[in-house]
Parts: sequence; C-alpha cells; structure tokens
Amino acid sequence: MAQYTLTTPLTSEDTKKLKAGDTVLLNGTLYTARDAAHKRLVELIEKGEELPFDIKGSVIYFVGPTPPKPGDPIGSAGPTTSYRMDSYSPTMLKHGSKGMIGKGKRSQEVKDACVKYDGIYFGATGGAGALLGKKITSSEVIAYPELGPEAVRKITVKDFPVTVINDTYGNDLYEQGRAMYEVKD
Amino acid sequence: MREIEFDVIVKAVRDIIVHCGTDLPQDTYDALKEAMENEKSPVSKEVIRQILENANIAKNEKRPLCQDTGLAVFFVKVGDEVKIKGGLLKDAINKGTEQGYRDAYLRASTCEPFSRANLKDTVGYNLPAIIHFDIVEGDKIDIEYAAKGGGSENVSRAKVFPPAAGKDGIVEYVKEVISDAGGNPCPPITVGVGIGGTFEKAVISSKHALFRDIGTRNPDQELDELEQRILTEINKLGIGAMGMGGTKTALAVHIEANPCHIASLPVSVNVQCHSSRHTHITI
Repeated sequence: MAQYTLTTPLTSEDTKKLKAGDTVLLNGTLYTARDAAHKRLVELIEKGEELPFDIKGSVIYFVGPTPPKPGDPIGSAGPTTSYRMDSYSPTMLKHGSKGMIGKGKRSQEVKDACVKYDGIYFGATGGAGALLGKKITSSEVIAYPELGPEAVRKITVKDFPVTVINDTYGNDLYEQGRAMYEVKD
Repeated sequence: MREIEFDVIVKAVRDIIVHCGTDLPQDTYDALKEAMENEKSPVSKEVIRQILENANIAKNEKRPLCQDTGLAVFFVKVGDEVKIKGGLLKDAINKGTEQGYRDAYLRASTCEPFSRANLKDTVGYNLPAIIHFDIVEGDKIDIEYAAKGGGSENVSRAKVFPPAAGKDGIVEYVKEVISDAGGNPCPPITVGVGIGGTFEKAVISSKHALFRDIGTRNPDQELDELEQRILTEINKLGIGAMGMGGTKTALAVHIEANPCHIASLPVSVNVQCHSSRHTHITI
C-alpha cells in the first residue's frame, strides 16, 4: 500500500496510479455536498445549466460541518455516510468529477463509474471531525446557503488524510479488507 | 417535597451537552485504546489511532468530536418527591439542550421529515430532544444523556421473532444487522440489544443499553454470557475500524431484557458509533 500526496484538481493520470488501500494526503480545493445539494447539482447538469463550481477534476467531500467557532474557518468536519449519494455520484463522475470523500460502502453503479470515468472513492475517518476540521484552512459557502450544514462549500485543505476505497480498476478496500480478517467457522 | 428550580435543570443539561460534545467519555477512550493495541490490521490500527488523536484534539481545543453532534437523547428518572419550580421538566431539558448546542457550536441536525428543511439556523437548535421519562421513589432527578449520531442510527433494526427463535436466533439476527451495516455506522461500535417486552419496549431497551459504560459487565450472568458470545461472533466478521478490515469491529455488546408476551420474542439492535458520547448526572 503506497502513500501519495496529491493536489486538486485531479487528473486521470493522478487517479490511475492509485490502488485500493493506498493512503493519500490531499491538498488544494474540495467542494462539500451532501444528498440535498447533490440532488440540486444533478438537476442542474440534467438541465444543461451551469454548476456553482468547475466540476472538471473536482473532488467532492460528503460533509456537513459544525458551525465554526469565532476565528476558525470551519468547525468539525468529518465524512458522512456515502451511500446516500450513490444515485447522484455516477452523473458527477461522468461530467468530470474525479474524486469523492466519504465513509461506508458504495453501490456497484458508483464503482463501475469509477472504472469508466477514472474516479476514486476515498474514505476519511468518520467521527474524526475535530482532526479533519483542522486540515481545512479556508471555507466559503458558494451555493444553497438555505441548506444550512448541507450547503455547498468551497474549502481549502492541507494534507487532508484519506484512504483509497474504490479505485479505477474495480477494487474495493472494504471487501478486500474484510475478506482478509473474516473468521469462518 | 423537594423543590428544584427550573433554571438549575436548564444549566445542568446545558453543561452535560457542552461537555459531551467535545470530551469523549473515559470508558469509551479506554476501550478504543485497548482495541488499538489488540487490532491485527495495520489499516484499522491507524484508523483507531486517528480516532484517539481526534479525541485528544477535541478535548484540548474544545472542538466537537464529530460534525454529527447527534440528536439529544435523555433517559430521565424523576423522584416522586420532586417538584419543579418555575416550569415543566420537559421544557427545562429542551431549553438546556438548545443552550448547550448553541454554546458549544454543535451542529443543528434536526430537519422537517419531508421537505428536509433545517428547522432553524445551523447553531443552537436541536429540538425537540428525545426524552424517555420514568417515575421513581425519592427526591432526586437522575438524567442519562447521549448524543446519538445518524450514521449508526440508520443501520439499527428491530424484529419480532417467534419464541422458538431463542438465543441462537438472536445471535444470528444481531450478526446479520452488523454484517449488513459494514463500515457505515463508524466501527468500532457498541451494540445495544433490547430483548423482550413489546415491539417498542425492545427498541427503547436497545437504546438504553448503549448508555451503560463500556467495560462494565452485565450483572445477569445469562445475559453476560450472551453478550460475550455475540461480541465474539461480531468480531469474527472482519469488518474492522471504519469497515477497512480488521479484528475489532465492536467494543462491546450490551443487552437489556424484559418479560414478554407468550407469543413473541421482540429483538431490537441499536448501534452506537465509536464516538460514544454519553454521561449521567443526578440533581
């Protein structure tokens, strides 16, 4: 399992070198979106309208942070469970997004889309919101402020720690890791 | 009759919410530390190391442990010799909840069930709190509190079995629920199992079972043995920390059992993520 440091936006060259189980420190810009925001983003794509950010090479972080304390860019910000985005992620990948950060397993459609469009599904440590929030150096709401914690934010990260769960070759760390440690009677 | 001021309760509730938002309870911390030491998978070991580092950062810098600061869940035992002066106990708990979430910059996670609109601004509103009342003898109020996150709640399940299912049926069911959940509920988890009673009694018992400190044994020997048996079975699943594969999927299994109808065996499985934020006070 290799370790990489990558800066967004990601290219196919970046994503194709990653394998399930690799650890990556991400730098640069991420966009935050949960289910409510994904619904709206995918509706914009389907209508052929402009998105609130450049989707090419983008990495989407599934997170709804706590409100920042005075002087901080953001509050605690760990990943939310990803399957709720499963129906939207293939469309995002098809239109150029290259990565997603969340926690928990994805549907076969999402895994297939990762293979087809050179996308990566990264896992971050759920429940490590204080630690991960500190890796975020700036945050700005760029769309849907009425969604509160679910608004779309443009955030800047420094050495944000993630693990490759689904790679561009169809591998799945959850399945491989579990098979390795499962005890069958 | 002992009189307790409304505001005393508001303040007490506010304080435990603030505390639990940032300070992982010692029982949980110790159990995670032990899990890290015994975990065989290096990937899961690293995940638990991050979880413990997160707990240290949260405590030292007063940052929320997790961005999912939960819905506020209370089990309240009210002494029959207690009178609340200046308002209703329920209102005091809700007011303390709102103040605590606001003061500690915790996330407002309640929304309208259909429009999904957040019910107020993102700060300081997480109402109504989920409160389970009981009336007991005495002149005190006993409050158990937990911040219950959504990820682990989403994988929880309940089912009413025929009595013939027995212990083997219960073990298989809990295994099935945890196996299907995989990494979604943020393992290493604690598993609350409610057995018996009616359908809803089993569910509430499974929730209350999660309030028990991790590392304490069930005083009922039969239940203690069943807890150990289920824990061993869960840890054979190989799910590991955050589902990345490993030997420490669950820290503990806690069971609460009740007498039930001769025709039924209700079983509920309520899952708690590794960020088991819970506490207990007596006023």
